[in-house]
Amino acid sequence: MTALLSVDRIEKRYAVGGRGLLARLRQEKPAFLHAVDTVSFTIGRGETVGLVGESGCGKSTLVRLVTRLIDPTAGAISFDGTDTAAVPAKRFGRSPLRSRIQMVFQDAEGSLNPRFTAFDAIAAPARRLARLSAAALKARVEEVAALTGLPRELLGRFPHQLSGGQKARVGIARAIVDVSVQVVILRLLDDLKRRLGLSYLFVSHDLNVVRLLCDRVLVMYLGKIVESGPADAVFAQPAHPYTKALLSAIPSFDPGGKRNAVRLSGEPRSPIDPDPNVCRFYGRCPKGVERCATAMPALTMVTPDRQVACHFPETEPKIARSAADKALNGETLSS
Amino acid sequence: MSEVPLLAVDDLAVEFRTRSGTVRALERVGFALARGETLGIVGESGSGKSVTAFAIMGILDAAARVTAGSIVFGGLDLLTASERTLQEMRGRELAMIFQNPRAALNPIRPIGRQIEDILIRHANVLPAQARIRAIEKLAAVNIADPERRARAYPFELSGGMCQRVMIAMALACSPALLVADEPTTGLDVTTQAVIMDLVADLARREGMASLLITHDLGLAMDYCDSIAVMHAGHIVEVAPAAELFRAPRHPYTQKLIAATPRPAARLGDLAAIPGGLPDLRRDDLPPCRYSARCERRGEMCDETLPMIEIAAGHRVACQYPQ
Repeated sequence: MTALLSVDRIEKRYAVGGRGLLARLRQEKPAFLHAVDTVSFTIGRGETVGLVGESGCGKSTLVRLVTRLIDPTAGAISFDGTDTAAVPAKRFGRSPLRSRIQMVFQDAEGSLNPRFTAFDAIAAPARRLARLSAAALKARVEEVAALTGLPRELLGRFPHQLSGGQKARVGIARAIVDVSVQVVILRLLDDLKRRLGLSYLFVSHDLNVVRLLCDRVLVMYLGKIVESGPADAVFAQPAHPYTKALLSAIPSFDPGGKRNAVRLSGEPRSPIDPDPNVCRFYGRCPKGVERCATAMPALTMVTPDRQVACHFPETEPKIARSAADKALNGETLSS
Repeated sequence: MSEVPLLAVDDLAVEFRTRSGTVRALERVGFALARGETLGIVGESGSGKSVTAFAIMGILDAAARVTAGSIVFGGLDLLTASERTLQEMRGRELAMIFQNPRAALNPIRPIGRQIEDILIRHANVLPAQARIRAIEKLAAVNIADPERRARAYPFELSGGMCQRVMIAMALACSPALLVADEPTTGLDVTTQAVIMDLVADLARREGMASLLITHDLGLAMDYCDSIAVMHAGHIVEVAPAAELFRAPRHPYTQKLIAATPRPAARLGDLAAIPGGLPDLRRDDLPPCRYSARCERRGEMCDETLPMIEIAAGHRVACQYPQ
C-alpha cells in the first residue's frame, strides 16, 4: 500500500526564555520545548489512523504540522508524493494541496465564524481554492450539504441557530467541500470514508471512539510515539506501559470493575530540554528501572505491524501476532 | 436503605424566569441517598443534572425559583433553612467540587492558604496549626511534596493537580455528602481515573456519601452504587448500577446505553437517539417529556406520568416500561 501521507522524523521545538535583552546580555542559551520529537508514521489511502495521548503530549502540534498550519523544525512530510514540509506554512494556504488536507475541530461552535451562515462557512474554502461560478459554487455547497445530511433549508442559518450536531456537519461539509462525539457523526465519518475514500488522522481523548473508528492507532507521550499498531491488537494487548494505563483508564461499564486497574502516579516530565538519554515515561512508569534513566528506548518493531518504544514491552510476540492477524482478517469497522 | 436517608429529595420543581418565558427546569425530581452511598446522575446537557446539584447546595441562580418539593439533609429541610444555617452546612457537612477546578480556586492566593482558610472558618482549627493541617490535607489527596506545593498558585499546577486541591478543600472538614459536578470533564482519561479512584477511596474511608453528576454513563457505571437517569428535567429511571445496565426499563435509558461507545461495541451496534430535548418553556409540555422522541408512545402517555417501582431501588417513570 503506497502511503497517502508519510511523515519522516518530524520535529517541532519552541524556544522558551533566554531571548530577552537581559538574557542575551547574560549570554543565556535559550531552552527548547520539544513539542514533537522525531515522529515518523504513515497513513494509507482510505485508512483511519487514531492519535491518542494526554493533553500536552504534542498531538495538536503534530496535527498542525501535518495540516501545514505551522512549520516543522526538522523532518519531512510527504503527501501524495509531494514534499509539503518544503512549502512554508504562510504559503501553503494557496497551495493546491491545501484543499486535500482538511481539519474538523472538536468544538464545532468555536471553529465556525459567527457572522457566516452555514452556506458561507462551507463555501469559503471552495471560493478561496477553486474558481467556481456562483451557480457552480451553490450547486457544490448544496451537494456536500446533502452528503453530510445537512438540510438545504438550514444553509441560510448562522451558527447560533444550528444545533450541535448540525454545526458539526457544517464543519465536516466545510472540510470535504473540495474533496462531547455523537454516533451520527461517527457514522457519518465512516460513511464518508467509504464513499469518498477519505483518509483520517483521528485525534481523540475517547479511546472507545478511537477503537470504533480507527484501523491503526498511534500512542503519543511527551512528544514521542511510544506505541503504534492495528487498533484491535493494541487495545487487546497493549505493549507499552503507558498504553496499558491509558486503556485501563477507560470506563469498563462494570460496577466495581476498577480494582486491578493500572494507575499512573506523579506528573509527566518537563518537555523543556528533556534529557535525550532518559525514557520520557520514566518516573511515572510502574516498571521504571535504572536502564530507563540511562538509555532512551527507541521505537522498535515487535511484530511486522506493531512498534513499541520500551525496554520491557509487555506483549508476547506470539499473542501479539495472533491478535494482529485477527484484526487484519476481521474488519475493524462494520456498520 | 431502611434507615432514614442522609439526603432525601422529594417532588422537587425548579423554574427559571427568562425574558423569553418560564423554563420548567426540574419537575417531580425525587431520590434518596444513604450514608456512604454513591449515586450517579446522568443525562445529556440540559437535562437538569447541574440544576439538581445547585438546588441541593442552595446556590441556584437568582432567576431560579423552587416551586415545589423538599430537600431534607440530615433531618433539616435545606429549602427552608436560613442562609446563615446553609453557610454553616456548606463546607462542613455539604461540599461540592466543580468541573473547572482552576476557575473555582482563587488565582492570587497560594493553594495551601486557601485550604487553611477553610480549616479556620469551618473546622475550628487554630491559625497556628492551620498550615500543618493544610499540608496534611494536600498529602491526603496524594500530592507529592506537599510542603512546597502548598506555596504554589493555581496557575502553577496542572488541571489534575488543581482538581486534587479542590478535593482536598472539599474534604477538609470531612463532610457527610460530596456533590461532584462533572469533576473530571476536561481532564485526561488517565488523570480522570486517578481522581475518581481518589474520591472513591476517600469516600469509603470517611463513610462519605457522594452525588456524581456526569454525562459519562461509563464513569457512573464504574463508580456509583445507583444511577438516576435524567431527561428534560425529569428523573426517568433510578436503579442499582449493574441492574440499570443489565436491565434498563425506560426507553430513554435503553437508547442512552445503546448510544454510548462501550468496550465491546462496534460502530454498527451504536444507535442514535432520535430528536432532541423539548423546549422547556412550552406551556403545553406533555406529562412525559420524552414522548415526542419515544418509539413506545401510546395513548396513556398524554394522560399521566406514573413512577413505577419495578424492584427494590429500581423505579421507572414510564407508562409502558419494558
